[in-house]
Amino acid sequence: MKVLKLIVKNVFRHKLRTTLTIIGLAIAVMAFGLMQTAVTSWNSSIRSSQVNRLITRNAVAIVSPLPYSYLDKIRQVPGVEEVTYMNWFGGTYIDQSHFFARLACDPNTLFNVYPEYQLSKKELEDFQNEGNACVVGSELANQYHFKIGDIITIDGDNYPGRWEFVVRGIYTPKFKSTDATQLFFQWNYLNEQVKQEFPERANQVGWFVERIANSADPGTVSRNIDALFANSPAETKTETERAFQQSFVSSSSAIINGMQYISFIIVGIIMLVLGNTMIMSARERTKEYAVLKALGFSAKHLIGLILGESLVISAIGGVIGILLTFSMVNGIGENIPRSFFPSFEVDPSNLILALVAVVIVGIVAAIFPIRRALTTRIADGFRFVG
Amino acid sequence: MQNLIEINSLTKSYRRDSIEVPVLNNINLQVPEGEFLALMGPSGSGKTTLLNIIAGIDKPTSGEITINSTDISKLSESALAKWRATNIGFIFQFYNLIPVLTAYENVELPLLLTHLSKEERKKHVESALTIVSLAHRMNFYPKQLSGGQEQRVAIARAIVTDPVLLIADEPTGDLDKNSAEEIMTLMQRLNSEFKKTIVMVTHDPHTAGKASALRHLEKGDLVSEPIASGKD
Repeated sequence: MKVLKLIVKNVFRHKLRTTLTIIGLAIAVMAFGLMQTAVTSWNSSIRSSQVNRLITRNAVAIVSPLPYSYLDKIRQVPGVEEVTYMNWFGGTYIDQSHFFARLACDPNTLFNVYPEYQLSKKELEDFQNEGNACVVGSELANQYHFKIGDIITIDGDNYPGRWEFVVRGIYTPKFKSTDATQLFFQWNYLNEQVKQEFPERANQVGWFVERIANSADPGTVSRNIDALFANSPAETKTETERAFQQSFVSSSSAIINGMQYISFIIVGIIMLVLGNTMIMSARERTKEYAVLKALGFSAKHLIGLILGESLVISAIGGVIGILLTFSMVNGIGENIPRSFFPSFEVDPSNLILALVAVVIVGIVAAIFPIRRALTTRIADGFRFVG
Repeated sequence: MQNLIEINSLTKSYRRDSIEVPVLNNINLQVPEGEFLALMGPSGSGKTTLLNIIAGIDKPTSGEITINSTDISKLSESALAKWRATNIGFIFQFYNLIPVLTAYENVELPLLLTHLSKEERKKHVESALTIVSLAHRMNFYPKQLSGGQEQRVAIARAIVTDPVLLIADEPTGDLDKNSAEEIMTLMQRLNSEFKKTIVMVTHDPHTAGKASALRHLEKGDLVSEPIASGKD
């Protein structure tokens, strides 16, 4: 602690160099934080998947529908407590840039299978009792200022026509990672219209979602469901919600993995930036270290001096970088479509990761200068001309 | 008077590639307590190497060197560091002050290795700076001082721990004539008034003349018997 003053004075001996190093570190830490936040946010949809929910879809492709008649058979499978179903509606609200999920659902079972979508009893009853009613997530409602009684008009694409829905409920998310940017309307409303306009597409659902008992084995239940429809014209593929989400985002996983790798490459770059500064500083101070050793300063003291300087610089850069990460994440989070990243915020694990990275960078960057200071003979140090 | 430094059959050689280069040959030297010894010799004669060995910053290849009853050739690196901190004061040709520390902080540096309190350290530092007549410049940084003043700060740093031996390597080598005169007067005072034993390396016969004894080194050999140098 007695040499703390010398550490601090050494840090700012070359103000411009130290400032540039700190700026470099801060930007790198911020980039690391942003990358990690993006990765974490992307994966949050998978992490928030419930282990007791299964998804049953057409074995051929997710876009191929399943007969509505499967519903009763699936309900009979041991371990299945509740079943709901959905259709991806698509369509356009205002224009293509205003994207959010629009899904036809069963209002009687949806909230039993997805208890994290919280809706008041009255709103649920209104939703169930009115054919063209819809419920929207609270974040979507905030974004478009939707309120109860508003009419939302969607131009259909999968289901052509002009569709009008009356907002009868605004659900709130139970968890931060819960998606509150969706619009749900009654599957019956869709099916009645389809019966009239496209009778060959009637009585079809996109996928079924099963809530299974906690004691049930997801693998066994999945196999039992799929066995029911084996060798039928529409075979099914049932998997856990997590596996379904993973396969759904698999097309983007290469990008996410790339971001993960890049974030760790950034840590390497930070090490090089700080390491370069520390090596230059230690080289310039070769004679001073020799003087300190001659005065009786031990290896322990020199390690403390050099490591302390490296850690102080990395800590300042790291703290500034983390603060920048928070403001950048907040800024991006406010502007990014919520349906893309339902929860875009700095995760505590990312904060810890950034701090650990900063400490490791500080230690690693000091290794070569310490080695040089310790191995240079005092007499050689006196003769050194930097 | 008791010998502070006893050197017996000391040799030092360096290995360059596969060639052994002898630097000091069979040196025998006794320096009594309170002596002010000047070591002279041409470049490459081994005088700085001998000084470094006496100061405990280099080790002999063979032979014994006992300082203040401690055989320092047998000490480990860490033990030598501790020994230097309490027994040796260094005065360098180019002062070697830490530029980011004030005169006060530079003088305080060796005391950071002791168990003295901040108040006690302050007393010692002020006392050392008063001896070198720089108490009024204690908050100045090295770049704000003249060469002579910087060397006086370096001397204050050398004496602040009250070591038994002062080692001076060309202490006036980088100074003008007047500043050099002041420094030598100060070193004579440290020797006579504060009874400090001093071993000094110099090229300059005039500077060497300020010492109380003079030895010549040539090609690694001590070539002359002790000469009582006339103090000015």
